[in-house]
Amino acid sequence: MTEKQKKNLIRILAALVLFAAVAVIEKAGVIPEKYEILFLFLFLIPYLVSGYDVVRKAVLGVINRQMLDEAFLMVVASIGAFASRQYAEAAAVMIFYQIGEWFQSYAVGRSRKSISDLMDIVPEYANLELEDGTVETIDPDDVEPGNILVIKPGEKIPVDGLVISGESLVNTAALTGEPVPRTVRPGEQIISGCINGEGLLRIQATKMFEDSTVAKILELVETASEKKSKTENFITRFARYYTPAVVAAAVILFAVPSIITGNWHEWLYRACTFLVISCPCALVISVPLAFFGGIGAASKNGVLVKGSNYFEVLSMLDTVVSDKTGTMTEGNFKVSEILTAEGVSRRQLLETAAAAEGMSTHPIANSIREQLTLEFPEDAGKEAGVTETENISGYGLLAVVDGKKVLIGNRKLMERYGVETMAGHDPAATEVYVAREDAGAGSHAADENGAFRFFGTILIRDSVKPEAKNAIRDMKAEGVGRVVMLTGDRKETAAAVAEELGVDKVFGELLPSDKVLKVEELLARLTGKQKLAFIGDGINDAPVLSRADVGIAMGSMGSDAAIEAADVVIMDDDLGRIPAVIRIAKRTVGIAKQNIVFALAVKAAILILGALGIANMWAAVFADVGVAVLCILNSMRLLAVKKTIG
Amino acid sequence: MKKKFKCEVDCANCAQKVEDAIKKIDGVVDAKVNFMMQKFTLEALDADFDRILDEAVAVGKKIEPDFSVER
Repeated sequence: MTEKQKKNLIRILAALVLFAAVAVIEKAGVIPEKYEILFLFLFLIPYLVSGYDVVRKAVLGVINRQMLDEAFLMVVASIGAFASRQYAEAAAVMIFYQIGEWFQSYAVGRSRKSISDLMDIVPEYANLELEDGTVETIDPDDVEPGNILVIKPGEKIPVDGLVISGESLVNTAALTGEPVPRTVRPGEQIISGCINGEGLLRIQATKMFEDSTVAKILELVETASEKKSKTENFITRFARYYTPAVVAAAVILFAVPSIITGNWHEWLYRACTFLVISCPCALVISVPLAFFGGIGAASKNGVLVKGSNYFEVLSMLDTVVSDKTGTMTEGNFKVSEILTAEGVSRRQLLETAAAAEGMSTHPIANSIREQLTLEFPEDAGKEAGVTETENISGYGLLAVVDGKKVLIGNRKLMERYGVETMAGHDPAATEVYVAREDAGAGSHAADENGAFRFFGTILIRDSVKPEAKNAIRDMKAEGVGRVVMLTGDRKETAAAVAEELGVDKVFGELLPSDKVLKVEELLARLTGKQKLAFIGDGINDAPVLSRADVGIAMGSMGSDAAIEAADVVIMDDDLGRIPAVIRIAKRTVGIAKQNIVFALAVKAAILILGALGIANMWAAVFADVGVAVLCILNSMRLLAVKKTIG
Repeated sequence: MKKKFKCEVDCANCAQKVEDAIKKIDGVVDAKVNFMMQKFTLEALDADFDRILDEAVAVGKKIEPDFSVER
């Protein structure tokens, strides 16, 4: 409870006691009827104790020509009630209104706090190691890249950096929702916002605080609720017309029947109930609060949703398109089989391949080098022989090793140079073909047919993520109609992986630009409100991520490009978080709709009953603040959702 | 220049009204009054930023007396 809330609570309680006292005097009948007017003043006491600030605000509103604000409407309504000689009710309505407002502010404060608790990742300080070895505590904002920082056990990592010395388990749960701590060793990247375990670490800052992961995430969460959903825009627009319309109705309701019947007391009272209901706050607060809760629930699960609007998209997903490597599979390549051409040794093939890939950091290149080191440790590092590399996008490489041209790549590359090849038998593996400029061909130029000699095929396998199959099944259980996988791999590999995962459709042998076209094709197939999501690792697929209705980036902790391009960021590598976030999105959209329907229905009902003289002002106050409180409580159900994973 | 401030605003509808009014001030590129986060973001011309900020707060206070910005 804040100071302001405490003060208001005391005022409300005092007003209640005073009100009860005056009501007892009235009921006791000790004051004769002709002095009835005395009660106007008596009831004004609890009225002003509870509502003086509302009156003040209403007066300011008149001065500033803000006639339709909540305070003004409440004051006019209560003056109306006093004028129609309902003194007790006028005072009670003000007290009741303040009680409602109090609950509203308390509930909003609570949900605000539960979100900020989730986001309790901001480091308060950094321990800077000076050149003489002493340590100084500074503000994380003052850390410069290159600074050496000391991180003691239990402290938050202030900025993104590189571990120089020490080894420790760091807890990334606040960022990723992943409960198992991660081991970090010297030479490894470390991300701000994580909590250091038992070890003492020395890190070198690689980024300023404002560019660090933690600052980026906070910025995202804070601005997420500003990207408004369609439902929110609807309700904001609606609220703009709602208040003037109801106020106009109130004026008519007072004027017309009063003139006809002459019973202006009665109609003034009825018109005043209208004014109380005309406050739009319950409506305006009900929807954003639901989305705010959704954003909170998602971050609790290690998923950043960058705007309320994406919840709507996620709740209507029909097609999920996914990248294969690194998204559905581990992206951990291992040589599984080596087929050598006649007269070529295993060692020669590996050496040539490793050398040709020497300048590449592609996972396939790494796996070949690893295999060489594994089988022939004395040859490790021989890849230095490469002098030139030409990347043939979508095919492979043309490298010059020890003065000889070497081709390394897929079957299409071999076909392009007319090299006869030998295929493997494992459809799930990626085949890497190697051919070298043939010394025996002598006078022939190496780019003519037949000038390359086939060396062999290296089969490389990537394993499917263990949770991928279940994640796809769960997405479908959440209403996703089709799961499509796109990959640059050859069709056989793609089909074998697709089979293993249970995806509906797979497109192989795609160049990066083809992926955008495919997604566009799939988008064109959608009907009505169906939406499409693309899941990628965010490294090469920024264009596709932004083309889809919603782009989901995986495992991108620390990858700025992915956080930037994607609409939804899965902080760790767990595919299981996608069905979880779809579930959260559906609940969020559902709760937002419940709130709208509930608020509108109650208001409409009370308006009708009020016009008929059945609903009194108490009911009207309930329709205003009571509904708001119930909507807030309904939205808070989202935050109560337990972590669905981990 | 874009700057973020902590602010106090009492209700969602008031936040919306204050935001709409501040957006109409000359020199304001964009403005956001975030009720849930209690944050006020102002994007305005560099040269006049302080003056525009003062005006924005004044306009906000006029609409919603409880609106205040921590600087």
